[in-house]
Amino acid sequence: MSKLALSDEILLEIEKPARYIGNEVNMVRKNPDHIDVRFAMCFPDVYEIGMSHLGIQILYDMLNKKENVYCERVYSPWHDLDKIMREQNIPLFSLETQTPIKEFDFLGITIQYEMCYTNILQVLELSGIPIFAKDRTDDMPIVIGGGPCAYNPEPIADFFDMFYIGEGEITYYDLIDIYNENKKNGGTRKDFLEKAAHIEGIYIPSFYDVSYNEDGTIKSFEKNNENAKDVIKKQLLMDMDTKYYPEKPLVPFIKATQDRVVLEIQRGCIRQCRFCQAGSVYKPVRERSIEFLKDKAYKMLKSTGHEEISLSSLSSSDYTNLEELVTFLIDEFKSKGVNISLPSLRIDAFSLDVMSKVQDVRKSSLTFAPEAGSQRMRNVINKGLTEDVILNGASMAFHGGWNRVKLYFMLGLPGETKEDMEGIALLSEKIAELYYDEIPKEERHGKVSIVASTSFFVPKPFTPFQWASMNNKEQFLDKARIVNAKMKTLLNKKSIKYNWHEADVSVLEGLLARGDRKIANVIYDAYKNGALYDAWSDSFKLECWEKAIEDNNIDMDFYITRERTIDEFLPWDFIDTGVKKEYLIKEWENARNEVVTPNCRMKCSGCGVARFGGGVCFEAKN
Amino acid sequence: MKLRIKFEKYGSMKFIGHLDTMRYFQKVMRRADIDIAYSEGFSPHQKMSFASPLGVGLISRGEYFDIEINSLDKNKDYVKDMNDVMVDGFKIVSVKALEEGSKKAMSLIAAADYKVYFRDEYKLDINYKSKFDEFMSKEEIIVIKKTKKSEKEVDIKPMIYDYKVADDGIFLKLASGSENNLKPELVIEGFYKYLDKEFKDIYIINERLELYGNEDGNFVSLEDYGKDLSCID
Repeated sequence: MSKLALSDEILLEIEKPARYIGNEVNMVRKNPDHIDVRFAMCFPDVYEIGMSHLGIQILYDMLNKKENVYCERVYSPWHDLDKIMREQNIPLFSLETQTPIKEFDFLGITIQYEMCYTNILQVLELSGIPIFAKDRTDDMPIVIGGGPCAYNPEPIADFFDMFYIGEGEITYYDLIDIYNENKKNGGTRKDFLEKAAHIEGIYIPSFYDVSYNEDGTIKSFEKNNENAKDVIKKQLLMDMDTKYYPEKPLVPFIKATQDRVVLEIQRGCIRQCRFCQAGSVYKPVRERSIEFLKDKAYKMLKSTGHEEISLSSLSSSDYTNLEELVTFLIDEFKSKGVNISLPSLRIDAFSLDVMSKVQDVRKSSLTFAPEAGSQRMRNVINKGLTEDVILNGASMAFHGGWNRVKLYFMLGLPGETKEDMEGIALLSEKIAELYYDEIPKEERHGKVSIVASTSFFVPKPFTPFQWASMNNKEQFLDKARIVNAKMKTLLNKKSIKYNWHEADVSVLEGLLARGDRKIANVIYDAYKNGALYDAWSDSFKLECWEKAIEDNNIDMDFYITRERTIDEFLPWDFIDTGVKKEYLIKEWENARNEVVTPNCRMKCSGCGVARFGGGVCFEAKN
Repeated sequence: MKLRIKFEKYGSMKFIGHLDTMRYFQKVMRRADIDIAYSEGFSPHQKMSFASPLGVGLISRGEYFDIEINSLDKNKDYVKDMNDVMVDGFKIVSVKALEEGSKKAMSLIAAADYKVYFRDEYKLDINYKSKFDEFMSKEEIIVIKKTKKSEKEVDIKPMIYDYKVADDGIFLKLASGSENNLKPELVIEGFYKYLDKEFKDIYIINERLELYGNEDGNFVSLEDYGKDLSCID
């Protein structure tokens, strides 16, 4: 057992000491003396969140499969320990060997959501690594970022030595080999960065200069180093039955958010929802084979002892062999006391039958995500869920004994009218009425319960809405009030509950999602003002951000409400995700014309990702 | 049939709380292929009950839980199979079979053995051996016992069944369980008060050594209530 980095005194004083001691089931142990490259993998949020992330489990397994590499983990210390570490000058450490992060060769940070940016700075600062990449010396770890937010790395570009754009399974080994060779040859940090710049998918921010026009838009984005690439190509895994899938995932002692075996059934999505960044950047859809999934289910349940298994993907109902897979899991594991946790499935006869087998109908609820209240708006965002489909699904479910429904919508979508907003209330009412019309009094299990929630729409890079105007806080809250007022007029208002999201966080998310390099100082100042754990509503301090925005003279309208023109060079335009810009422009036009685009299995829309040579683009040709 | 499992918890695993220890062993059952019985219903749970929660920070050489199994596999090495899927800091000591109708471990507990060590940085600067003898020879030992609701003065002397002062620490046999329960910290706090010194929990490391039931005035370790699996027909 390694000696712990924290004293008993500290560990007994803080909340959940198990966050910081490692030693979990399936933790990888290696002797650091026999290792060439030490990699610290970080999820910049609290342990329970970070441990729930499948991507880290995949990379942890993959990197540790390489003999001369030891990948360890590090997460954000919670507020209580953060304070103690600063007071007592305790450096941030890895869980496995409790080694200071500063002694590692790499610090890899997965960036899953914008509101974790201040936590990235916390991890760097507590590690004793300069926050700005330009201040780092040769003996310090290479700080590399990846994950969905790396598709617009510019607001955090100054904090990273490099980014990996795309799925991690592809070029990490090359990167590490080059690093190791450079280290053995006595090469400098810069030597390594220059060599790494040749690897596909690797973006080195310091090798590019950005200049701006007077109106604040980007004038030029130019290389300042001959080794740098003009365009960074997204890396994508095409062999989905790869050896890089963990058979022995880590099992935390304390309850993580995902305390179960996670079976990733496919990547990507055939739907072409125009607001969805994941749907765009993970294209094309690639399924794992059912044999592969069955085998992993056995092995992971055995190695972890978890009592639950869940399926993961963007739209699980679209997985070709879903019925066979779910039936297999129930038949094979249900009798052994293993719960099958289903992702949100399209509500139909099959999913209702499965749900009735794995959960208590009386206690569970149905989930629909119409995303918009009117059919007109659903056409704008290309959400292929019609009112008929929702009502049919709800009707079947009500007859099956369900009486709880959750509905998810967005407010602030492009071109939204009052009718679209009020449609949210009207659809909720229709579902409530359906229950009372269809289910005779003597068969009802109490009242119907409908919970409608709205989040505020944040336009994301690489979607057809990347050019769209986003609402500001006042506009958002006005819209929520319109929906709420309509809700109050409904016949069944007592059966319907309406929730809406916090607007302040959505607006900041909008700033960070489509920001440029000028935003780095805002993030830095907000952090210095005390912002940390911004994704946690109890921790979020708006005033830290407001002050940073003001001090840096940031014009919020420029980043939030301004509609971009299609000929503007956007901060992320140097990245090639495979989806062609012409396609996004065409989809932006289709949205304005309320024209629906069919899903990838119905018809190819020629988005460009067929060049990856696999997935749904080639299904019909096999 | 029911099995009684004895385990140790030490090293950094002392920071794993009681609920998480229970969750840990539920997963051990599955990893080690123990044919444990489940309750009925949509979210079945394992039939498993722990003897006594161990506080965070304590180490132990004698923790217990009982499980119900569907069938006993005579060819299975239960201790080894579980230890093969254990992490450093948890170790199975023994697995015993319980007779039909045996009381639950939890309801048996009458006493517990502890060893209390003083941390290096908080070592007493006196010869505590003779002082502790003096302390224990008092007629009564009054300490303030804090509960969630109240604070009251109690005489803990009748709850200290035995003690022994060694070079490395103090052995204590204390009343435990639902009727009378005395924590070792409270004894040491009383001792510090006797010495006119302030006490904090962090000064000591607590090790629980064994849990006992009371059979006609004799303390019987919980382990000894069960039979060796090899003796089961």
